[in-house]
Amino acid sequence: MSFPWAKEYKPSNPFMRYMDEKLPLPRFVYNAIGAGYPVPRNLNYFWNFGVLAGVALVCQLVTGIILAMHFAAESGVAFSSVEHIMRDVNGGWFLRYAHANGASMFFIVVYIHIFRGLFYGSYKPPREMVWHLGLVIFLLMMATAFMGYVLPWGQMSFWGAKVITGLFGAIPLVGTPIQTWLLGGFAPDNAALNRFFSLHYLLPFVILGVIVLHIWALHIPGSSNPTGVEVKDEQDTVPFHPYYTAKDGVGVAAFFLVFATLLFFAPNFLGEPDNYIPANPLATPANIVPEWYFWPFYAILRAFTVDFWFIPAKLLGVLAMFASILLLFFLPWLDTSAVRSGHYRPLFRKFFWFGLGPCIAILGYCGGSHATDGVVLVSQIAAAYYFAHFLIILPLVSRIETPKPLPTSITEAVLAKSGASLQPAE
Amino acid sequence: MASLTEDSATADVDQGGVRRRDFINVAAASFAGVGAVSVALPLINQMNPSADVLAEASTEVDVSAIQPGQSIKTMFRKQPLFVRHLTPAEIASAEAVSLSDLRDPQSLEERTKPGKSQWLVTMGVCTHLGCVPLGASSGEVKGEFGGYFCPCHGSSYDTAARIRKGPAPKNLEVPPYEFTSDTVIKVG
Repeated sequence: MSFPWAKEYKPSNPFMRYMDEKLPLPRFVYNAIGAGYPVPRNLNYFWNFGVLAGVALVCQLVTGIILAMHFAAESGVAFSSVEHIMRDVNGGWFLRYAHANGASMFFIVVYIHIFRGLFYGSYKPPREMVWHLGLVIFLLMMATAFMGYVLPWGQMSFWGAKVITGLFGAIPLVGTPIQTWLLGGFAPDNAALNRFFSLHYLLPFVILGVIVLHIWALHIPGSSNPTGVEVKDEQDTVPFHPYYTAKDGVGVAAFFLVFATLLFFAPNFLGEPDNYIPANPLATPANIVPEWYFWPFYAILRAFTVDFWFIPAKLLGVLAMFASILLLFFLPWLDTSAVRSGHYRPLFRKFFWFGLGPCIAILGYCGGSHATDGVVLVSQIAAAYYFAHFLIILPLVSRIETPKPLPTSITEAVLAKSGASLQPAE
Repeated sequence: MASLTEDSATADVDQGGVRRRDFINVAAASFAGVGAVSVALPLINQMNPSADVLAEASTEVDVSAIQPGQSIKTMFRKQPLFVRHLTPAEIASAEAVSLSDLRDPQSLEERTKPGKSQWLVTMGVCTHLGCVPLGASSGEVKGEFGGYFCPCHGSSYDTAARIRKGPAPKNLEVPPYEFTSDTVIKVG
């Protein structure tokens, strides 16, 4: 695809012309992230986070492949091999801290990327497929992160694996056999550790594949933009290179600044101290908590404390936790407003900033706290709001809201902002 | 163009719109499908517990040293196992509870062996999310029903290890076991 005014790849170098005939890979790159991809001229810095997520994935792949050269996936020595990486391997501490904090950075940028999509209505037609593929990537990331967290075989690794595979045990009738099948035993042990290592190595490459599909699907309609108004003609766009390669460069520099601060000054800030205790199947840590990026979902899981009808509370919690992500797949049809951008939707914007935002922050806080009665009550209210926001509020707001007038074009919006008057067309 | 040639080539074998080639296509796809499934089975089944894991699936425990009121924590299938010698008072308190008050109604008799109701053998795995409840080692809190207490989400079990309060849905699981002598039990 592209817009009719997209620049065509015309290599002047004879070798590149030869390449273009035999294997048009440079042409592919040129059209994807080069001057051949016209992008709306008004993208703000929130549009950096897709590229940043890609950068984070590359960091994880590089550090992860190296760590796998020193790690031993055997329950008797896994913990020691991680300590061996930390103490003996040259620069091993750096690689491991970069990998552990890199996972956090990956989730931070992906969460901002998702929130960008939610606020600017990027999930709406014609970009539903982009949104769906993004959610698939998110689910794969969660699975990968969970299995990676099990590998150091510390207390949180072990008990995290037990609790998460225990979620499948909540399924009626087939639950326990499925849990045993997933673990290859009756509790997490060598079999589980080995298969988690194998899959933890595989899934990032699956993610890479789905990212290719995600970008492919994106490039059919082209990127959205902060006004949510579609591109109308050439003056609405600029070539990706050099305009957005430069802008993304600024974002990448800022990303590495934050990453380096975390990595060198607070490498254990986001981790759990209990995971520096070797796994012990006979002693549960006082408070089993997942990594911070799972806290909102963990809070939803724990919010269900009473049986409803014939469904046990445990199963309800598991269903709600999975539903909280799966319902995002239906978002393109739950939000029926024709206006994409939250900037032009006064009511939607209020619910977004004062409803959904605090709701997820509260769920995150509750998921990381010890489950006292108060915490559970607050997470119940927040979980109820979360589902109400997407299933009731959003469809209603789409119907009753009067959106603000949209600019007739991206160019008009840009020029109005800078105070210049719109040039007469042609 | 291609379909036209094909149609004319096979027109003489048409029977109600079904061509002989359709049979070959269906047969070939079915054959490949059955083959794929039969190859997939071992690929799926390798995930199940291996022979060495299953070989550890039974454990013998000598209970002769456990005094009334005491309990021990051991391992069965790589999971904690609680063996508890109940005092007469604990037996009485477990038997005093009406079954209709229980979330997972089971009497102490159903959860112990005949004539050995002082021996309570259960898994040390909370039925909520799989934590190890407290109460088996000396000095640990036993919860408000005097049995076990799970520190993760506050499930309380009574002296028959039945769920009484908190989020856990079931009683602590009683594994299959038998007394091989008066003082030795074989679990699994």
